[in-house]
Formats: sequence, C-alpha cells, structure tokens
Amino acid sequence: MAVYSLYVINKSGGLIYNRDFAEAARVDTNDSLRLASIWHSLHAIASQLSPVPGCTGIELLEADTFNLHCFQTLTGTKFLLVVDPHASFIPALLLRIYELYSDFVMKNPFYETEQVIKCELFDEAVEALVRRYLQQAQA
Amino acid sequence: MNARQTAKHSLNIVDRPLTKNRAEVPTVSLSAFAYLFSEYIQYLVDRANSISELEDRLERVGFEVGLRVLELLSYRDKALRRKTDVLDILRFIHGPAWQYLFGKTADDLQQAANADDEYYIRDYDLLISRYISVPRSYEAFNPGTLAAGMMRGMLDSAGFPARVTAHYMAHKDRPRPITTFMIKLEPSVLARQAQMEAARKG
Repeated sequence: MAVYSLYVINKSGGLIYNRDFAEAARVDTNDSLRLASIWHSLHAIASQLSPVPGCTGIELLEADTFNLHCFQTLTGTKFLLVVDPHASFIPALLLRIYELYSDFVMKNPFYETEQVIKCELFDEAVEALVRRYLQQAQA
Repeated sequence: MNARQTAKHSLNIVDRPLTKNRAEVPTVSLSAFAYLFSEYIQYLVDRANSISELEDRLERVGFEVGLRVLELLSYRDKALRRKTDVLDILRFIHGPAWQYLFGKTADDLQQAANADDEYYIRDYDLLISRYISVPRSYEAFNPGTLAAGMMRGMLDSAGFPARVTAHYMAHKDRPRPITTFMIKLEPSVLARQAQMEAARKG
C-alpha cells in the first residue's frame, strides 16, 4: 500500500503541480512535464476514439507495478495519482484532493489560474491528507 | 398561510432581532466570502504600488465595516450601555463582536508585558485568511489587516482611537504562525483612563 505521486495538469496540458510521496517515485522534472503532456493528449484521443458514447477519457491505467488514477474536473483540470496496485479508495482520495485544490488554490488571491501552484497551505493540506489516508489504509 | 413567517422575513436585516438560537443566526457562505475577498485582494494588488499601500487600503475598508458593526451590535444589544473602560471594549471585540463576525470568539486577549498601551488579540485560525498562502514576495502582507481595520473602526467609533496591525507570529503549540493583532492605544485614551480611575478612587 503506497501513494507514489500526485500530478495536476491544467486544461492545456501543462504540469502545474507535482508532489512525490515516496522516494522511489521521484522522476526527473523534464520527464514529469513530458508525462503530463502525453497523458493530456492520450486522454483527449481516448475520449474521441472510444466506442462507448459519452466517454470522458481514461480514468485508470493499470500496470504491473503501479496504478495511475486520473480524475478530470468539469473545467478540464486533471488530477493524477500514481499508487500501488493494491491501493483502494483512490477515486475518493482524488475527490478530496480536488476539494483541497478548490479551497487552498482557487481561493488564494496570489494564485494565477493555469499557472504553477505555489501555495504552502495546499502543500501542507495534501501532505496531511495522504498521511491520514495511509494511516487508515494500514489500520 | 404563512403570513407571520413572511412578515418576519421581509423585515429589514437591522430590524430583525438578534436571535439567541445559534442555528438561526444568519450566515454567509464562507466560500462566497473567500472568493470575493480573494478577488478584492487581487484588485488591490493590481492597483497598489507597495505592500504598505495595499495594507492601508485593505485596512480602510475594514475600518468602514468596523464602524457599522459596532453601531449594529450596540443597537441590537438589549443593554444599551456605552463602554467606557478600555478592557470592556476590548473584551467586547474579543467576544461578541468576533463571534458575530467570524462565528467564534478570538482565542486570546492579552496586555503587552512592557507597555500599558499595547494589547494583543490572537486568533489561531482566522476565518478570513484561512485559505490564503502569502508568497515570499509578499511576506510583509497579512490578509488579516481587514480584521485589524474592523477593530480600529470599532475602537474609533467607541472613542478609543488606536492603531491596529495584523502580524503572523510563530506560536509554540501551533505548526503554523498564527495571526496576532497588535492594538496600540493613543495617549489620550490612557490619560482619560487614568483620570477615570482617579475619580473612582477619590
């Protein structure tokens, strides 16, 4: 059980927030930017190629060593969580992160929309949330 | 049908009695306020040339609010007694006024150890700056200045001219710096206070 990292991608595919929760998950900055824009494009293509009508894009990518969960808000901002394949309740965790984002980022007068997120309170709140999640998962 | 109810609701907000029931106290959505306040700070940041000008303008808005809040609360208060003692008005701000404005009383009211004319009011989680992270480039700025302005407004209209400033200060039991309001009363207030005390004794 582990949460590896969190990415926030703005509506034009730029990486605006990246936080790693485990040492193993650390990726080069350039790689994480690339990951963000590739995911953004794949997500857009998938929603158009899907045979299912009303598809909103990729929600989950399953790999041998990790799961990548994606949550897209109505405004097109995407939240990605890279987690251990056995982790549960990740969609709920993503919703909580969205909530923190709308509280501590959107209500912050010093944040410019679509730009890189530099909000101390958001950092702390996310950190605390993930810590709480891991504690609950262990219990 | 509901004639009484509609009549009650059509009353002007200042004419409505201050309800004793906590659940009935009219409240504003915190999110709505937070967005509005955030936009207002952005508006000021665009227009102010310096951080002190930004704080000045924010403080002046708070001042206007303070004047009106004191008026409203004393009008609604059953016991119409003017507060003449420094501690009385400070306790009023720390207690009922804070409760009315922010939904809770302030956490701490204290006199400065080395100065008679300085008081501190602390709030561990000030409602108006709950969601605001101040970046390094604006380090001197405290969004609580709005509340400082409100306090100055209340003090001023009650006849206690003072200077109120908001600061972030580290607190030993708290992970984050907390908002501390420093109230510095003008000498005339202290002189009057001393006179009143002398008269009471004599």
